[in-house]
Amino acid sequence: MAQQTINTISANELLAYALRLKNTNHRMVAISCTTVENGIEMSYSFDGGNDFINLRFIAGPEDEIESISSIYPYSFLYENEIKELFGVNITGITPDYKDKLYKISVKTPFNMKEGDK
Amino acid sequence: MSFFSMTKTLIKSIFHGPYTVKYPLEKKESFPASRGRIEINIQDCIFCGLCARRCPTGAINIEKAESRWSINRLRCIQCSYCSEVCPKKCLKMSNNYTAPSFENVEDEYCNARVPDNKENNRNIAGAC
Amino acid sequence: MGKETVIPFGPQHPVLPEPIHLDLVLEDETVVEAIPSIGYIHRGLEKLVEKKDFQQYTYVAERICGICSFMHGMGYCMSVESIMGVQIPERAEFLRTIWAELSRLHSHMLWLGLLADALGFESLFMHSWRLREQILDIFEETTSGRVIFSVCDIGGVRKDIDSETLKKINSILDGFEQEVSEITKVFLNDSSVILRTQGLGVLSQQAAFDLGAVGPMARASGIDIDMRKSGYAAYGRLKMEPILETAGDCYARTSVRIKEVFQSLDLIRQCIALIPEGEIKVKVMGNPKGEYFTRLEQPRGEVLYYVKANGTKFLDRVRVRTPTFANIPALLETLKGCQLADVPVLILTIDPCISCTER
Repeated sequence: MAQQTINTISANELLAYALRLKNTNHRMVAISCTTVENGIEMSYSFDGGNDFINLRFIAGPEDEIESISSIYPYSFLYENEIKELFGVNITGITPDYKDKLYKISVKTPFNMKEGDK
Repeated sequence: MSFFSMTKTLIKSIFHGPYTVKYPLEKKESFPASRGRIEINIQDCIFCGLCARRCPTGAINIEKAESRWSINRLRCIQCSYCSEVCPKKCLKMSNNYTAPSFENVEDEYCNARVPDNKENNRNIAGAC
Repeated sequence: MGKETVIPFGPQHPVLPEPIHLDLVLEDETVVEAIPSIGYIHRGLEKLVEKKDFQQYTYVAERICGICSFMHGMGYCMSVESIMGVQIPERAEFLRTIWAELSRLHSHMLWLGLLADALGFESLFMHSWRLREQILDIFEETTSGRVIFSVCDIGGVRKDIDSETLKKINSILDGFEQEVSEITKVFLNDSSVILRTQGLGVLSQQAAFDLGAVGPMARASGIDIDMRKSGYAAYGRLKMEPILETAGDCYARTSVRIKEVFQSLDLIRQCIALIPEGEIKVKVMGNPKGEYFTRLEQPRGEVLYYVKANGTKFLDRVRVRTPTFANIPALLETLKGCQLADVPVLILTIDPCISCTER
């Protein structure tokens, strides 16, 4: 198995890191989310053949996260999904489906506060 | 590119006849290990509740006070986790599939002192 | 330039076994854009992990999808094992590999049948599924389930296959191989099939990389990604080379999958020859704490399992990124510029598994 590394970065460094990985021919594997106490922990996973790199930061409820779809075009699907299921405020996704990707009745089902329905 | 590349298989099938069985008139025999439905030997059950706690779908219900063990047949996903954890090994996965049903069946088994007391075993085969 | 029309495709469509909805923007008969929407079978299985303990979740993970069910269970178990630092017995690794490859066989046979059905080649469809039945019978005999096996467990496997049954599997596979090679000739050589698949939905190597395609979709475009090369389970001890095609059209994707059927047969035989005697399960004590990313090769491509545990018996998070999800951007790209009549075949060639995608 390839070595797994987790780099903790801050949200505004994301694009710079993604661009650097793109230039070294890394393939984006997935964007994953975990609900933690003070927001949502985002992990961007990249595969470069021999290494497996994760960029990790915590997105607060008010934070605006810039989309990496300008660098990795296919990230739009992940970002739309995260926006709809977790309610992370990701800006500049192309194309942005505006909460129409998932046909579900509940808004942000994976990140509900106590008492929400 | 070729034409009639399917012919050989088709001719073979003509002589072989149908590969299917006429269910429900004919039934395909199930393998000895097939997972069909959970069956309980209620006499051995000590109502410890381990199976009910471990069941991933919460299909099993136990009332210890009344010595009652029940299973919701439609909720059961036939993973046989309960039979694995049962300390008395009184749960068994039999290889007969549950028959199709029109309603939600809750099979109930009571620990009867008299084994053939039909009153207490409000269910069916395998109860006593 | 004609007028633009929007045609809704799905969620119910004869070619789709599962519901996905696409809004096809057409100009005359040509698709200019496709907008997907999913969520018709979103069950929130990732969220369910907060309610079920990590042992119970093994059975939930398997039920994410009915076709690659074994590999879902395996991916989940491997993640938890890696977190807990459990080394499973060698025999269990081989048994997992055998079942994983059998799953690939039955998944590819299912897909070949569906492709034939999408083309309107009904008898070919039935013959593909008839052959698949033999594999399902092997499953029922060895794991006691036909599609949901519940045989993978944290720390190993729950059932062993004795040497007699292994021999029997070998002989069943011999007969299967002979019959399959007759059927696959039809997919690769028959003129009516070729006319529908060749040159359709071409995805160049660069485009496939830029769109993040995985699995047979990427390999048909000449990208060498196959997670089995990373040597998880027993794959490190087997000889295999990823199957690559360069054309990148529907025909190439069919051909990759057909060759993978024979590759799987070969891998199973290698496993049967090499399988060591021994234990099949180690006892796992305690609760997991930590996080891990596992990547496996499912029949449809690379799947990512992310498990985060906090030291209690309930996990914090299980994330599954399935191959179909990764292939949707590539699908949307290949749909642009194709004819409306070709849309069903094109959608089918990514081997969509919507249950997986939505979880």
